[in-house]
Amino acid sequence: MQDFLQMVFGRLTPQDFVHEPIMAGAGIGMVLALLAAFAGLTIFKKWGWLWRNWITALDPKKIGIMYIVVAVIMLLRGFADALLLRAQQATNGSAELLNSDHFQQIFSAHGSIMIFFVGMGLIFGLFNLIVPSQIGSRDVAFPFLNSVSFWLFTAGMILINMPMVVGEFSTAGWLAYPPLSGLEYSPGVGVDYWIWSLQVAGIGSMLSGINFFVTIIKMRAPGMTLLKMPIFTWSVLTSVSLIMFAFPILTVTLALLSLDRTLGMHFFTSMAGGNPMMYVNLIWAWGHPEVYILVLPAFGVFSEVVATFSKKKLFGYTSMVIALIAIAVLSFTVWLHHFFTMGAGADVNTFFGIMTMVIAIPTGVKVFNWIFTMYRGRVEFKTPMLWFMGFIVTFTLGGLAGVMMSVPAVDFQFHNSLFLVAHFHTMIVGGVLFGTFAAITYWFPKFAGFTLNEKLGKIAFWFWIVGFMVAFIPLYILGFMGATRRLDHYDPSMGWQGLFIVAGFGVVLIGIGVFFQVLQLVYSIWKRNENRVGNDPWGGRTLEWAMHTPPPEYNFAVIPTVTNRDEYWELKKKKKTLKEPEYEDIWLPKNSAAGAIVGLFALIFGGAIIWHMWWLMVIGLVGVVVTLIIRLTNDEPDYKLSAAKVAKHELKFKEKTV
Amino acid sequence: MSRAEEEVANQEKKTLGFWIYLMTDCVLFAALFATFAVLRGNTAGGPSGLEIFDLPFVLVETMLLLTSSFTIGMALLGSVRGYHKQTIFWLIATFALGVAFLSMELYEFNMLVAEGNSWQQSGFLSAYFTLVGAHGLHIAVGLLWMAVLLIRLVHFKFRKTDINRLALLGLFWHFLDVVWIFIFTIVYLVGGMA
Repeated sequence: MQDFLQMVFGRLTPQDFVHEPIMAGAGIGMVLALLAAFAGLTIFKKWGWLWRNWITALDPKKIGIMYIVVAVIMLLRGFADALLLRAQQATNGSAELLNSDHFQQIFSAHGSIMIFFVGMGLIFGLFNLIVPSQIGSRDVAFPFLNSVSFWLFTAGMILINMPMVVGEFSTAGWLAYPPLSGLEYSPGVGVDYWIWSLQVAGIGSMLSGINFFVTIIKMRAPGMTLLKMPIFTWSVLTSVSLIMFAFPILTVTLALLSLDRTLGMHFFTSMAGGNPMMYVNLIWAWGHPEVYILVLPAFGVFSEVVATFSKKKLFGYTSMVIALIAIAVLSFTVWLHHFFTMGAGADVNTFFGIMTMVIAIPTGVKVFNWIFTMYRGRVEFKTPMLWFMGFIVTFTLGGLAGVMMSVPAVDFQFHNSLFLVAHFHTMIVGGVLFGTFAAITYWFPKFAGFTLNEKLGKIAFWFWIVGFMVAFIPLYILGFMGATRRLDHYDPSMGWQGLFIVAGFGVVLIGIGVFFQVLQLVYSIWKRNENRVGNDPWGGRTLEWAMHTPPPEYNFAVIPTVTNRDEYWELKKKKKTLKEPEYEDIWLPKNSAAGAIVGLFALIFGGAIIWHMWWLMVIGLVGVVVTLIIRLTNDEPDYKLSAAKVAKHELKFKEKTV
Repeated sequence: MSRAEEEVANQEKKTLGFWIYLMTDCVLFAALFATFAVLRGNTAGGPSGLEIFDLPFVLVETMLLLTSSFTIGMALLGSVRGYHKQTIFWLIATFALGVAFLSMELYEFNMLVAEGNSWQQSGFLSAYFTLVGAHGLHIAVGLLWMAVLLIRLVHFKFRKTDINRLALLGLFWHFLDVVWIFIFTIVYLVGGMA
């Protein structure tokens, strides 16, 4: 009986569903929210709508919106984690909110979720929404693959949230260094949750990278040479190139760690010939480019925003492109600066220190170009522009801290301290999050047909930026004072508590900012008729603003021919519209459930390995393979939208604008 | 763009996309080779490559795989020129050679484990099994692809889409051959000779 149960359920026992109060509360809350969503869908008879319009959709605009919805929900989860961490440190554990085991699970989850499911989710959402229309295309190169990528991302997201209900999460930090993450010191399911959540989502990211690379190389509108490409698309091109080179390394690293843990191999163990430092090298050979994968698209967003709201063309377009490429190449030559203390020797550390300083040069070029773009422009301080200004300040501060740490001798002092924690939060929050907030405010009206409320957006921004400074400047100081990261309690005589309380207050301010952002969204949707706008609310410069609002599934009835860098701006200046249409048949991908089914089987596969249910793992794997074979051998994945129908659609849009 | 032009463009996208996929796979193998290079000497009291590799055996494996690269090339040429029977013949030959290669590899793995030299023995053996096994896994996927394609080619009498798929499979197969040459050199020749 015991053997049979173990064969069926693997490591899973009823005990795994029992959690301490806070985690149980979160888990029950999550389950109740899901049940409420199911009930709502059933009561309002929306299942069919959800299935037809979203789950089976291959339209990149819809996939993009789904990415952003998932990422925003994960942002709220990650932020709740941050609140708990700050509460623990501000009270020095005296509130007895978290025991140290739970504290460790939370900081591991906070980091992993924020990078993989917030950062990556937001930028992939933007890729999907903006890239095809910005290059004057109707779709991405491989629409089905795009759906698979999204559902793998979602499967990974579910896996990383499952520990709240069953089992536990990793306590080994967001990069799970061995030997701590090895079987000897983490025998439970936590690290396996971490591995398989990231592995499944990471494979999705890699496929997406290939997809967008081919889209940008092969599907630009006629006339759009590489140097006439909008700068956001350029930033995406460099970002996906990094994905193509970096993500296979992540796949290998996670696979090797998993082999150590499930088959008893010795890659990263501290005995039998394993080498834990090899893991640290491998994970950062992916991890450092990953930082740029996230931030380069944010650079692209800011380049678009600053040009649009300064009513000027971007200053130094060519140097911006060169800087993007330089950063992308250099990002593979700096990984060792994450562990100067490894003891690689003075020569190696010097090389990586100097390369790290060199990478600041193209970044500096970009900062100056953005500032020169504003110079003598007619700058409009709309919300996206505020996020941009906030970004310039935080990013420069954080960047300077980074250059400080690139000196190996200095880094020995800062390594693993809160100074480092403050540095990378300044870069990622100030760069990636502010960038995507700017992007969402900027492009929202294109896809919704109405703008987000400016006043609430500005209030949210001010709470965010002030809260951000109050939350993280104390961490820089604490780092100088010797506070290391990941402390669930410290000796009161260190005199740190005051600064931790200030940092905690800062997070509360950010929380108010987040509240205003949610309020902004809800209020704007509620009062949408007051903020209705046409195709071009901001005076845009690139082709996506030439589409109807909200855009039809085919984006452009007639594919535009491009003669200029700021094609739409030039068209408006010459008082021309896109070419007078001669409609033709358009082929679009049919909806497909296969992507979601692949995601479901991948979820089963990952979950089964985590719990050692080998029979279920086989089902998951066979499910993925069979679904893919069935789908990939389908020769008729497209349907035709006839010229007459396109004309009818277009007429409707024209009537609406008149 | 007419539908016919669009189909040509779509095929070009697939070819480029597949090349890029192969390059990402190249990075994946590069990472595995790097780990192997780091752990090569970490035998932890277990055997080294010199003691366990049977070079003539591996040479036969290598020859099988190299021949299969030739046969799939013949299949590809046949499919482009419309020689259906020849294409099927050469594809079946490739499939058989692939199965033979994979069987030999599994036999080798099996022998090693039976002699007590499993992947749990040392860092070196973990890296060896993983690198060679990852290549074998790719071969297995290629064989599955080939089987599905064979059925389709026979059943649908050489549709254009299937001929295009065969071209991509050819790329994949040649790529695995190249990876194997590196494995043969770096793992077996360097590790198996004194």
